[in-house]
Amino acid sequence: MAGLSLDLIALQLFAGLALGAIYVLFAIGLSLIFGMLTVVNFAHGAFYMVGAYVGVYILMLGGNFWICLVAVPLAVGLFGLLVERFLIRPLYGRGIDYPLLLTFGLSYVMVELVRIAFGKTGYPFDTPEILQGAVNIGVGYFPLYRLFVIGATAAVLLALWLFLEKTSFGLIIRAGARDPQIVRVLGVDVARVWLIVFGIGTAIAGFAGLLAAPLQGVIPEMGGTILAEAFVVTVVGGMGSIGGAVLAGLLVGVVVSMTSLFAPEMAKVSIFALMAVVLIVRPQGFFGRAGLMS
Amino acid sequence: MNEITQPILRAQAPPVSWFQFATAHRASLASLVVLVFPLVMPFTALAVNILIYGLFALGFNLVYGYLGLLSFGHAALFGTGAYFCGIAIAHFGLPWFAAIALGVLGGLLMAALIGVLAIRTRGIYFAMVTMALSQCVYYLFYQAVDWTGGENGLRGINVRVIDIFGLKLDFIHPLTRYYVIAAFVIAAFFVLSRILASPFGAVIEAVRENETRAKASGYDVTLTRWMTFVLSGGFCGLAGALQALHLSIVPIEILHYDTSGVVVMVALLGGMGTFFGPMVGAAAFLLLENLVSLWTVHWQLIVGAVFMVCVLFFPAGIWGTIISRGKP
Repeated sequence: MAGLSLDLIALQLFAGLALGAIYVLFAIGLSLIFGMLTVVNFAHGAFYMVGAYVGVYILMLGGNFWICLVAVPLAVGLFGLLVERFLIRPLYGRGIDYPLLLTFGLSYVMVELVRIAFGKTGYPFDTPEILQGAVNIGVGYFPLYRLFVIGATAAVLLALWLFLEKTSFGLIIRAGARDPQIVRVLGVDVARVWLIVFGIGTAIAGFAGLLAAPLQGVIPEMGGTILAEAFVVTVVGGMGSIGGAVLAGLLVGVVVSMTSLFAPEMAKVSIFALMAVVLIVRPQGFFGRAGLMS
Repeated sequence: MNEITQPILRAQAPPVSWFQFATAHRASLASLVVLVFPLVMPFTALAVNILIYGLFALGFNLVYGYLGLLSFGHAALFGTGAYFCGIAIAHFGLPWFAAIALGVLGGLLMAALIGVLAIRTRGIYFAMVTMALSQCVYYLFYQAVDWTGGENGLRGINVRVIDIFGLKLDFIHPLTRYYVIAAFVIAAFFVLSRILASPFGAVIEAVRENETRAKASGYDVTLTRWMTFVLSGGFCGLAGALQALHLSIVPIEILHYDTSGVVVMVALLGGMGTFFGPMVGAAAFLLLENLVSLWTVHWQLIVGAVFMVCVLFFPAGIWGTIISRGKP
């Protein structure tokens, strides 16, 4: 371990933040949907994967990465709206397990449809030219694209925060998460709010998939792994809490990246160990309301 | 005062309906079906798969159907059973019965470990935490290459002859293999039926129906949940051990989250919280999978779609719908 300098650790910390940014985006969508609809979206990984494939398709048609950044969340979010309206809505009021099971079945269908359309083997996804290379961030050279991922995540978070805190529709969403019945009594069409929240959550998942594509490549199974890891993030951060998802997502990213520096063989297991510790010490997670978990 | 002078009528036992009869003898009837099943099933290899997955779903159903907790991590219990059994034979050369016993033990131990953590959460969180923990088990077994063969799977589980006190059964012969495995499945039927009929079984269902009331009646809800999860691990470990003997290899995919998903689908297709539903579900699921894969490699598309239709329109499942008609 003599070769490990502080600079290397700092660089690895940044790499962890970039990885964590993807987790954050994935987990806030999951958390937003759960907080409002009390639906655990098991197809969230599939929406993430579809986001990456829509990106691949746009590039095939001759589009560029910047068009993808706008078109992918729109396309995936639109698909999410359809899913909520026609598949999940009939299940409201029928027990909390049913939407979960339905989205699980849906993820099978989505993955298989993508396999039919794009084949079983994956696609490489080139980093856009302008974002290639590395920049000096004071402690060493860091890939520009990863900085871009961190920046884009921060932008999405800021936009989401402004939307939820500063607009009247955001106010309805926050109220609906607290007590949907009262909101309904006040004359708000809660079903429409749920629809839009599901659309926003899936759009962010698609956006995360697109951002992750140049880092990890694009394969039909890419959503399955991150789903389990995002569950860790939501358990650690506290379910339904957006602030918790952000903090826990970054923490999980840093933990993965640090353990892959010091003990690479334990990198995958480390985050589950983190979850185990949190479950023992603080079962509701960092920002979860006590009693929500039990 | 007229009513006092009337002679007290002897309480007459109501006539036993076929439904009550079937409920009272569920284990025997289920065993009977398993015994005659190969006669109507042309492909014995598929019948063996149905038995093993049925047993796996039986164990899963104990937690999901009877206790009311949706676990997405049962692959860890099934897979640990398979690996323990396989390692006992491939690395230590233990006889088959010891290997199966170790498989059951493996399932119990893994369930005890996962249970301690997962039981701290409830409802929807239980599904997420069990799934995450089972993914952790997947990586652990994946990396223990010396023991598990890692990515290539554990090979060398060769059991050709089942030796029962001198009686040698040819395990290669498909029908013999079926009945050896069926013997364990039938034993599991009787054990499970006994558990469900016991006072403890009543507590399990009480916890599902009304946790607060069960707690107020003086039952330890957390302990009940944990013990049920561990028991479920025993059944799933047995199923995993039989799977290892049947395949003579343990692929790493057995621990993958897809395996957990399959057992959820099987239990829901069959009918959760019913005794025989998991077996029906396993038969329906595997027959569907085999049938569809005859004409397309994309069988997951059809299976996923059928599952969605089932969740939307037939949440009681096949067997659950049948017996809800027979219920008085």
